[in-house]
Amino acid sequence: MTPTPDAIEYELRRYLLAEFLPGESPANLRDDTPLRTGGILDSVATLKVVSFVEQSFGIEVEAHEAGVEHFDRIVDIAALVRRKRGR
Amino acid sequence: MAGAATHLAELLEASARAAPSRVAIVAPDGRTLTYGELDGQASAVAGFLRAHGVRPGDRVGFCLPKGLASVVVLFGAMKARAGYVPVDWHGPAARNATIHRNAGVAALFVGAARADVLREWPAGTLPPLVVAVPMADTGSAAVPAATPPAPFAEATRSWSDALGHAALAESPGARRREDLAYILFTSGSTGVPKGVTLTHGNALAFVDWCSEVFEPTADDRFSSHAPFHFDLSIFDLYVALKHGATLHLVGEELGKEPKALARFIAERRLTFWYSTPSVLALMAEFGALPTQDLAALRHVLFAGEVFPVPGLRRLTELLPAPRYWNLYGPTETNVCNFAEIPLPVPPERSRPYPIGPLCSHCAGLVLDEQQREVARGDEGLLWIAGESLFQGYFGRPDLDASVFLQRDGRRWYCTGDVVKWVDGEGFLYVGRRDRMVKRRGYRIELGEVEAGLARDPSLREAAVVAAPDAIAGVRIDAHVAGREGRPSLIAMKRACAEVLPPYMAPDRFVIHERLPRTSTDKIDYQQLKRISLGESSP
Repeated sequence: MTPTPDAIEYELRRYLLAEFLPGESPANLRDDTPLRTGGILDSVATLKVVSFVEQSFGIEVEAHEAGVEHFDRIVDIAALVRRKRGR
Repeated sequence: MAGAATHLAELLEASARAAPSRVAIVAPDGRTLTYGELDGQASAVAGFLRAHGVRPGDRVGFCLPKGLASVVVLFGAMKARAGYVPVDWHGPAARNATIHRNAGVAALFVGAARADVLREWPAGTLPPLVVAVPMADTGSAAVPAATPPAPFAEATRSWSDALGHAALAESPGARRREDLAYILFTSGSTGVPKGVTLTHGNALAFVDWCSEVFEPTADDRFSSHAPFHFDLSIFDLYVALKHGATLHLVGEELGKEPKALARFIAERRLTFWYSTPSVLALMAEFGALPTQDLAALRHVLFAGEVFPVPGLRRLTELLPAPRYWNLYGPTETNVCNFAEIPLPVPPERSRPYPIGPLCSHCAGLVLDEQQREVARGDEGLLWIAGESLFQGYFGRPDLDASVFLQRDGRRWYCTGDVVKWVDGEGFLYVGRRDRMVKRRGYRIELGEVEAGLARDPSLREAAVVAAPDAIAGVRIDAHVAGREGRPSLIAMKRACAEVLPPYMAPDRFVIHERLPRTSTDKIDYQQLKRISLGESSP
């Protein structure tokens, strides 16, 4: 299936809350909340997110794309997914 | 007069001679004792103790609420040249009985509401002299005087026998600075309380130093917030009475109620306040300080734990007039370091304030684990020597061997605290040796993680413990309580990420309504560890 644009953000938010932020109020996790620089994702957790993104959205993330530039905010991850899927 | 006394009781006696009708003690229930009355009653109790077989060097225990009777008993014991052994009035009966049994007390004063403590003694082992103090006579406001529990069957004498006894007639010339003054039992890491044994000389070295630094006068009004089994009480009792000032006992019922405490300071027009930082932080937050007139307050002293900077900033913004003092020292050394906090607390500061230079009665060494001196500015364990240093743990020479070091002809005590010297600031407290953990090869000081969490304004308190973890080896648990409602994980993680390297970030957050505290009002780390180990629930 092809998720609608907003669905990418929705799926990411749902995954991040369940996996890394148990008990957190969903309203506190915004699309621009810093994940790497905000201490929510360490390097190991980022690897998990990368693999989730690859499996859920059917894309492949290159090693050089898994840094802060593309994985610090939900909006950045979603943009990466869209760009890759648009190819 | 400074330094002239050989016994703590002489401080009271000198003030009683100078101004017998001046008020020495104001009890929680508002009753008072003048210097003359307190000295007279203590002398009567001393005569009573001696008449009932209490010899110099013996121990006299008491389990009494904060009140006039407890002050009379402790001075009475010292006038009889015995040492006093206070316990937590609210403490578990078995623990209190164990402490008094281990101290081998020759006499015991017990408030009538705590007869349960006596029933923990094996049959036939109670000391020969047991005095029941009717609740109405304790001078405490904790129990309504109208319903005093009856004195109990185990009592061999009554409180009125003690107060009615002829005063002890003994030449003060028999007194020595090396005489036992008191034994304060602190919680041991193994769970068995350790009796920190201090002489009159140990206490006087500290008291006389306080006179020089704080320059109290007979017009001062001191708080007595700490219970008498807590070493903060040494300052309250003896500095106040040495200078002929008035000591206002804070009753247990007010002890943790921030608004009532703030009102107490205002109504009694206190000039000196001394407590743990947590009491002050709660007062800053919940004490409605702007509604109280605290203009009389000259000195605010705190000790016992690190004062997280946000709470200190809030307090000093609300109350900018007094001088603020961070005092440091284990019960074993009395206060050995001190630092005045320069105001205002800068808005960007999150690093805790240093514990400062050594007091003039102490010497200090910073040593590594092999007891070699570290380079100036490096971290190491703080060792203390000097006149205020305790004698040892009562009846536990095995423990003494592990904490004392003979070096350069002096006896040094290992505080177990890691410090480093910072030029211009004095010693910076880095943390407990046992609060240092290694994870992923990194050395992590749990106190530093706490300082990171302190930056999250939504948290009221945070304490970090390490727990064994099957995968990581060590897991770091942050125990937190929010100001309003459930704190945000995102906010806490971000606060840590801003100041801590990723390897220091807590693995788990345990959310509490408020953190558990010990009877001396410090965060109860033992209980937090049990929660983290799954042995107890928040």
